[in-house]
Amino acid sequence: MPEQPQILRPQSDRSMIEIKNVTRSYGAFKALDDASLTIREGEFFSLLGPSGCGKTTLLRMIAGFDNPTSGSISVGGQPMEGIPANRRPTNMVFQSYAIFPHLNVEQNVAYGLKRLKLQGGEEKRRVEEALAQVSLTGLGKRLATELSGGQRQRVALARALVMRPKVLLLDEPLSALDKKLREQMQVELRRLQQAVGITFVLVTHDQYEALAMSDRIAVMFGGRIAQVASPKEIYQRPVTRQVADFLGGMNFVKAQIVEEDGASLVVDTLGFGRIKTDKPKAFVRNGGGATLGIRPERLRVLWDNATAKFEVAGKVVERHYFGEITHLIVEIPGLEKPLSVTETNDFGADDIPVGTSIRLAYDPEALVAMAD
Amino acid sequence: MIALRRFLSGGWLRAYAFLYVVFLYLPVIFLPIFSVNTAATPKFPLTGFTLHWYQDLPRTPALLDAAWNSLIVGVSAAVLSTLLGILAARSITRYRYPGRSTIHGLIMAPLVLPEVIVAISMLLVMLQLGLSLSLFTVVLGHVLVCIPYSMTVLTSGFEGFDRSLEEASADLGESAFGTFRRVTLPMVAPAIISSLLVCFTISLDEFIIAFFLTGTEATLPIYIWGQLRFAAKLPGVLALGTLLLVASFLLMTVAEILRRRAAGRTQNEGGLYA
Repeated sequence: MPEQPQILRPQSDRSMIEIKNVTRSYGAFKALDDASLTIREGEFFSLLGPSGCGKTTLLRMIAGFDNPTSGSISVGGQPMEGIPANRRPTNMVFQSYAIFPHLNVEQNVAYGLKRLKLQGGEEKRRVEEALAQVSLTGLGKRLATELSGGQRQRVALARALVMRPKVLLLDEPLSALDKKLREQMQVELRRLQQAVGITFVLVTHDQYEALAMSDRIAVMFGGRIAQVASPKEIYQRPVTRQVADFLGGMNFVKAQIVEEDGASLVVDTLGFGRIKTDKPKAFVRNGGGATLGIRPERLRVLWDNATAKFEVAGKVVERHYFGEITHLIVEIPGLEKPLSVTETNDFGADDIPVGTSIRLAYDPEALVAMAD
Repeated sequence: MIALRRFLSGGWLRAYAFLYVVFLYLPVIFLPIFSVNTAATPKFPLTGFTLHWYQDLPRTPALLDAAWNSLIVGVSAAVLSTLLGILAARSITRYRYPGRSTIHGLIMAPLVLPEVIVAISMLLVMLQLGLSLSLFTVVLGHVLVCIPYSMTVLTSGFEGFDRSLEEASADLGESAFGTFRRVTLPMVAPAIISSLLVCFTISLDEFIIAFFLTGTEATLPIYIWGQLRFAAKLPGVLALGTLLLVASFLLMTVAEILRRRAAGRTQNEGGLYA
């Protein structure tokens, strides 16, 4: 038998960062409200949420620029209380990059090493190595003002990585870059993280960035952590409507609860009939009603006489063309809101006239119950 | 609008600009011109070129004393007002607190107060405090008028100082003092030097406050004022005035270059170049 290629890097289960019941109040306002979280060793972890959700506050508390009002944070098993930023095993890539403008690239990268007083060219070697890691070899003598945005970002990365931290903190590092460069850096950051094996904690408000790069994501709203899971789990099985909405388009379908036990729900819907689904942890029974959700791309147009085991019939009321995909708005009898459907344009979904009656196939597994 | 533009573009705008500059600098131009004229009275036509009046300057002990006094007062006032300016400018640019803009306004106010009033008030205070008039009281007076200038230069240097630079330094393991020495100071040094030069120049040229607050020791402007009583001494005064003018001009130019460099340096553009 040929050797199987190793696709998944084995994940360590050892915890690197422990956040326990952390609250940060500014007067009556709580920027962070009783947040608890475990970030594992060697994982790429993202804090995702809209601005003001507390993600940056949490990151700055891990770095030591801010302190919890209550609760505790430990890094690498060591409690961080009372330890200032300059003595923590973390390094940060700032949103503004914070490149020292009076120093050149090499001096920026060597800034933190100077204090360590390394012997025999070790400092120079480590700087070279860090610059090579971020593909900046040969630019060591450039001034910060002579660099492009992408290059400044790489300097910021090298300057943090050269310290060999236990945890690298990244505060919206890609938000200042244009779309193309951003996508390129997402791939590079992910590759870099795999190569160095350091725990990365990324703060972002961009759901695609979080989905593309992370091993796990914590979605935050209003100072609270709504869900912590893998990108796929977060996207496909959001536990609340808010999480579902933030991660992309979602069709919400009203349902009546028929049966409920600890782990699952059986519900009746008008359009989709009777569905059995996993019960989310945060689910609270709201009378006899529940909300189900299905992503637009999980609904498929059935052409001509094709049939599927599960299908709903409706009428196209709107069509929006987006190049590689077409967005169809389909009215289903009995559903209060029309369904949003995305179809790739390889079979002519972009030519379906408005007003056409069509049938849509779906997988009942794709319908998930959510807490409001 | 179009008529106005045509009117101005027809050479009138240039003539206006020319007159503007003449008005500003013509009086100043007379100083160096008459300072190299052989005649003792400043009037046209010029009689001949000489550096005689300049050569006489270092042979006048009273002038050298006055220059030395001005140097002492200038350096002391510059250092003191820049020190106070650094503290105030840092507080104004870095922190937000109630009364911040009021305090800023009050610090800047001496700029528009009539100097003669300030001088008289200071004289009263000094006498009330029982201080005898000396160069020290002149320094105190000059610090008062220099601080607004110092503040202007320093706030423009400190403004936009990206706080994340200091955080980045701490994040990379540097202590608070180390951060000040390796990041903050090098970045604001040009603004500080600029402030020192501006304050020194202001003090060097200042007359009214020095006139009121000095005892028996004259600073350069006071010495010049004293010499004006003797018609024969006028060319020497013109020569000295020319030197002061050139020195002030040079110092202010260097100060402005440094101030701009400091202001440019503290702006951390982040990804704006992307």
